[in-house]
Amino acid sequence: MNEKMIQIPFASQEEILALHAGDEVLLSGTLYTARDAAHKRMSELLAKGEPLPFPLENQTIYYLGPSPARPGQVIGSAGPTTATRMDRYTPQLLDLGLKGMIGKGRRSEDVVNAMIRNGAVYFAAIGGAGALLSKAITQSEVIAWEDLGTEAVRKLTIKNFPAIVVIDAAGKSLYT
Amino acid sequence: MYAGSSRNVKEISAHRITQAVQELCIEANLSLSDDMKDALLQAQQTESSPLGRSILEKLCRNLEIAENEQIPICQDTGMAVVFLRIGQDVHITDGDLGEAVHEGVRRGYEQGYLRKSVVSDPIIRKNTGDNTPAVIHTEIVPGDTVHITVAPKGFGSENMSRVFMLKPADGEQGVLDAIVRAVREAGPNACPPMVVGVGVGGTFEKCAQLAKEALLLPVNAHSDQEHIRRIEELALEQIRALNIGPAGLGGTTTAFAVHIKTYATHIAGLPVAVNICCHVNRHASREITA
Ligand code: SF4
Repeated sequence: MNEKMIQIPFASQEEILALHAGDEVLLSGTLYTARDAAHKRMSELLAKGEPLPFPLENQTIYYLGPSPARPGQVIGSAGPTTATRMDRYTPQLLDLGLKGMIGKGRRSEDVVNAMIRNGAVYFAAIGGAGALLSKAITQSEVIAWEDLGTEAVRKLTIKNFPAIVVIDAAGKSLYT
Repeated sequence: MYAGSSRNVKEISAHRITQAVQELCIEANLSLSDDMKDALLQAQQTESSPLGRSILEKLCRNLEIAENEQIPICQDTGMAVVFLRIGQDVHITDGDLGEAVHEGVRRGYEQGYLRKSVVSDPIIRKNTGDNTPAVIHTEIVPGDTVHITVAPKGFGSENMSRVFMLKPADGEQGVLDAIVRAVREAGPNACPPMVVGVGVGGTFEKCAQLAKEALLLPVNAHSDQEHIRRIEELALEQIRALNIGPAGLGGTTTAFAVHIKTYATHIAGLPVAVNICCHVNRHASREITA
């Protein structure tokens, strides 16, 4: 296959603009996980003007709630959850510097507009391929909200994580 | 006592129900039934989109890794839906039947390293920490065995399921349109390729339960009623034309099957429920005899 090798966090805006809807990529580097409950808490902190538990600037969020790791494993099954449920919170995060999102499913018009405004990219990981995707995760550490269980915020290190650019920074979408 | 009845009653211990549910939760989350696996394998040959084929190939590899390394097929290991078909000549001993099922789920999700995805209250949303309670459907049937099916249900696809209270005048076309509409709206969110379970008839809740039960059918099964089978086939054809494809990124493999179950209904109604399932269509069954 002719996947593009992409390093995250992105080193420059040009790298993001060079990604087009339909590109198959292999992502390597670090990112943060957050899903419904963590997004709710982030939005509550921002409303109070308090700092978030991780920097958004230039980062990527993976919408993931993994299954527990067996002894000896880095993480359990680790595929994407539906991004659509995060849409209510996402434009604000994009305006604060978030550059990449990994999930599955459609995004709202507000999110796509915020992506264009801020030059951000949305990748689809393959839904229901959590066992396969877990093999591309080399480190996992809970960095906030451990009480949320699977919904806690984790910092992940990934290597050659397969994904597809599904909405690019120009707002072009592969979903029909 | 009434004459001649007690002799035929078979005793089954609640502990055996717990044990079976525990094992079925783990089994269902680590490997799909052979018919589902074959459907994924075959789709690699027939899918028209190169990206779609590449995704299907990864889904097949995912199944192998899950089984070989005991990693759940999907991280959403679902809410446990448990179907009990209890023979009317069975007496459950050693405890509460419902609690026996919940305990099986509790143990299965802990010992199988499965994700705990259940919150105790839909508004307050605090995780129960052990994936209980299960959703239990009990049916009393003739016989003296207990048949258990555990079907862990992921919510990416559950969220895209729909109930339509159609009018009798909507007829076959109305049912067909409802199915195709639900699949179109589900699109990439439901992790296609999907399996579509449809319940037609009954009441509001009856059609929903039929739709859920339809997901348990072998993927290549068809209705034995000619007029229903025609709707299944037409729906599948129209779904294929939607070009949703694997992962919703385009292609011909959008659904493996449309299964329709029917029931008698009221002169004034035509209820239709469409329960969408992803390609991780999990269910595992066992029969317990005395
Ligand atoms: S819809 Fe199915 S495959 Fe997709 S995340 Fe949920 S359980 Fe997994």
